[in-house]
Amino acid sequence: MNHIEVRRRSLQANRLTLLYTIVALLALVGLVDALYLTVQHLKGRSARCTVATGCSEVLGSAYASFSGMPIAAFGALAYFTVFSLATLLVFGYSGVRIALMFVVAAMFATTLWLLYVQAFVLRAFCDYCLLSAAFTLTLATLIVVERFESRSRKQ
Amino acid sequence: MRLYRISWLSLIVHKNLYGTQKRSRRIGFHMKKYLPFIFIAIVLCVSLEVVALLVRSSSPPPPAADSKAVASQVAPATQSSSAPPPPSTTSSINTAAANVATGSVALEEFGDFQCPPCAVIDPVLKKIKADYGNRLQFTFRHYPLMQMHKHALASSRAAEAARVQGRFWEMHDRLYKEQTAWSNAADAVPIFTGYARGLGMDAERFRRDMDSAEVNQRIALDLQRAHSLKVTGTPTLFINNREVPYEQVTDGGLRQAINAALGEKR
Repeated sequence: MNHIEVRRRSLQANRLTLLYTIVALLALVGLVDALYLTVQHLKGRSARCTVATGCSEVLGSAYASFSGMPIAAFGALAYFTVFSLATLLVFGYSGVRIALMFVVAAMFATTLWLLYVQAFVLRAFCDYCLLSAAFTLTLATLIVVERFESRSRKQ
Repeated sequence: MRLYRISWLSLIVHKNLYGTQKRSRRIGFHMKKYLPFIFIAIVLCVSLEVVALLVRSSSPPPPAADSKAVASQVAPATQSSSAPPPPSTTSSINTAAANVATGSVALEEFGDFQCPPCAVIDPVLKKIKADYGNRLQFTFRHYPLMQMHKHALASSRAAEAARVQGRFWEMHDRLYKEQTAWSNAADAVPIFTGYARGLGMDAERFRRDMDSAEVNQRIALDLQRAHSLKVTGTPTLFINNREVPYEQVTDGGLRQAINAALGEKR
């Protein structure tokens, strides 16, 4: 392996570390959003009905909970898992890469389903839910980028 | 001799330095190994603590000392004669203005029967009304969010049509309880008529009253009152004409505000 190849691999490793750091930070922000929604649900008061937003339509609907648990709590758990896995990856625990990919894929699928529910079933959108969806979509994009980075690193 | 001493000294220094480097490298390795777990544990602890703190902050305080059940909880609604503002539907005949004199507190709710948070807060309000008894005069006002909820106005009309037959609170409770059943229906009026029939009302008269000028007028007056108070959403609550901040619209928050209002009167 020549000097240039070593340098290239080192740069790629740095890029991956930066990417995992962004994923961890994004998951942390997503966690805050999901925790806010969970607290609202547990407090028995979702965002109230106003002429401006449709949050109550969404958060007060039957789709806002699953088996008696607020769906936002599952979201918080998912974001926490992503944060944990990305943090481990930043510190070189490369064995959790596949787990991170699966968790983000599951979050992505759930987000698409929830967006469908908001758009076509409830016909109302909640700002906080859309924010969470944006985080998940960004996470999914970053994981796809990470896959390409890792693949080119192996070659 | 001197050279010999220096070389020994340098060896000791070198050994110590090398040992320190090795130790610090070992510490660094362990730090790097455990640091992510420390981060994860910190985030987990902070998250759980924040959730527990926020949820606990809204937990209800012990009930009021001399709790009395409000007999008129599901009793026929009566209309107050005081104007302005035009009270819609109170759980007793007293009005906000009269309450100031009698030493009780006026709790006014602007609600929409199709609004999920209104349905969520309704059992809380019921419990509060039961606990405070005559010390609390509760008024329900219609604020149907028509742009947002397609059956909001129809449900308000149904409640007011039920009031004509002396069944406002029964219909009020039924509408909130069955909110999910009629909210997504294409036409909710037959469902409301079914509720009226179930509550022992004259269904034909109920249907007629839903479209009556009197019922519409009553709702319009509540909307007028809402606009004058700059109400923008539901549920919005006022205690003695002072808006309760939405963050405080919880069992604990409302009791605190009511107790404070009762304290002001003493």
